[in-house]
Amino acid sequence: MKKLRSKIYFIIIMAFLYLPIIYLIAYSFNDGKTSVWKGFTLKWYTALFRDSQIMGSLYNTLIIAILASVIATILGTAAAIGIYNFKGGVRSALQNVSNIPIINPEIVTGVSLMLLFTFAGVMMGFEMGFWTVLLAHIGFCTPYVILNVTPRIRQMDSSLYEAALDLGCTPVQAFFKVVMHELLPGIFSGFLISFTYSLDDFVITYFTRGSRFQTLPIQIYTMTHQRINPKANALSALLFITVIVILLISNFASLKKSKEAAR
Amino acid sequence: MKTKRPAIPYIGWMLVFTIVPLVMVIYYAFTDAQGHFSLEPFQNAAVYSEVFLYSLWIALISTFICLVLAYPLAFSISRCSERSQSMIVMFLMVPMWMNFLLRIYAWVLILQNYGPLDMILNFFGVDVTLIGNSGAVIVGMVYEFLPFMILPLHTVMSKIDSSLIEAAQDLGCSGFYVFRKVVFPLSVPGIISGVTMVFVPTASTFLVAQYLGGTQFMIGDVIERVFQSDHNTGSAIAVVLMVVILGFLVFMNRFGDKEAVNG
Repeated sequence: MKKLRSKIYFIIIMAFLYLPIIYLIAYSFNDGKTSVWKGFTLKWYTALFRDSQIMGSLYNTLIIAILASVIATILGTAAAIGIYNFKGGVRSALQNVSNIPIINPEIVTGVSLMLLFTFAGVMMGFEMGFWTVLLAHIGFCTPYVILNVTPRIRQMDSSLYEAALDLGCTPVQAFFKVVMHELLPGIFSGFLISFTYSLDDFVITYFTRGSRFQTLPIQIYTMTHQRINPKANALSALLFITVIVILLISNFASLKKSKEAAR
Repeated sequence: MKTKRPAIPYIGWMLVFTIVPLVMVIYYAFTDAQGHFSLEPFQNAAVYSEVFLYSLWIALISTFICLVLAYPLAFSISRCSERSQSMIVMFLMVPMWMNFLLRIYAWVLILQNYGPLDMILNFFGVDVTLIGNSGAVIVGMVYEFLPFMILPLHTVMSKIDSSLIEAAQDLGCSGFYVFRKVVFPLSVPGIISGVTMVFVPTASTFLVAQYLGGTQFMIGDVIERVFQSDHNTGSAIAVVLMVVILGFLVFMNRFGDKEAVNG
């Protein structure tokens, strides 16, 4: 009886989480602009792919996400190692400052960076756009890399590195062969989090993009703000399917890995 | 491996892209348009104190609803087998990967006049406007942030040993007492991080109210609007928001420590 009740409750919550998305996707196939069903169509999808603005902002989003997450991963991994070697008060002070972009409301981070970039732009004669968005994204991604790498450093046996040196590795070799190997899971999850956060960021991009630079979340905002636009539904469907496929692949990969490990 | 040098680039980075922007916000908040020291921005910001309280109120209600909805669910998930737990967690995370504007937009479609819910209610002779009020904003917030409550609760609860609960039952505890004396105290850390993870973004989010709340804006929307014309007043509001959020985090931390000592 109790089991059944919690099962029903589980189904209700799942329905609450999924039905809006399913509704959104279903109406991307509707041959009308209102909530009245007027027949099946794929016209919103063709319109989506023909929209060069949307395709352009998809390209921008991907470039920013790849660059920001790669740079944040390198910067953050190095920073995590360096900060770990500081002692007591200095270390925790550095960690606290590093966490500011995570703790601070996004909108405050957004406007503060906007103030910086407008000021620097006036001084040095540039306008906000691609580069300022990239800098902002690196800024909010790096703390997540550090948070993911630091526990790995803590767990690592530092004598491994020394052993590698004793066995004739140069420090660089020892770093890439031993330290990197140990830190890799943390680095990888930091990279993944950075990539997805950068892909999805609206607020900070909104304040640092200037007047012309477009990313997909910004485009979604223009498409859906105070209007109904079935193209946005079509886009939702495509994004949702992409997410599902990525999750299935990564789950499948980890399943395979754990099976191999079991062997 | 013992060198602090790898942290140098990031320390420089934090100085330029974290510290300086925050100092600029504070500087702008305490100066007038001519750059002289002034408390005028805060006086101007006082106009929005009602919006501010409204935002905190919405955040409080949304957080409370999320907690009430998530708690029993997280508990029943935590009693499942490990395999199905990781499956369920994955399914809870899928909607979070969808762009947040599209998720809010889905609710615009559902709640709009002549939308599906409106039609159903009309059919039963109930004539209410579902969109453009605080209720719609709260629904949107709960939808947006419910997984942020479920996941930390689940993480903490999955560590509660089932034999503790059984022991309490064997010793004659009724269902409610098992909850009060065993499950609840052990789940407090999860409640604290869940409440933090929901309250902070709800209080400071922007656009949700613009999409669902009609004319009643929240403080994030106000910051964005004011910043378009007046950096000083905008900064003052941002500073107040930052201080309130920081105070909330410190309070939650203290609360957590005290509970940990008593528990």
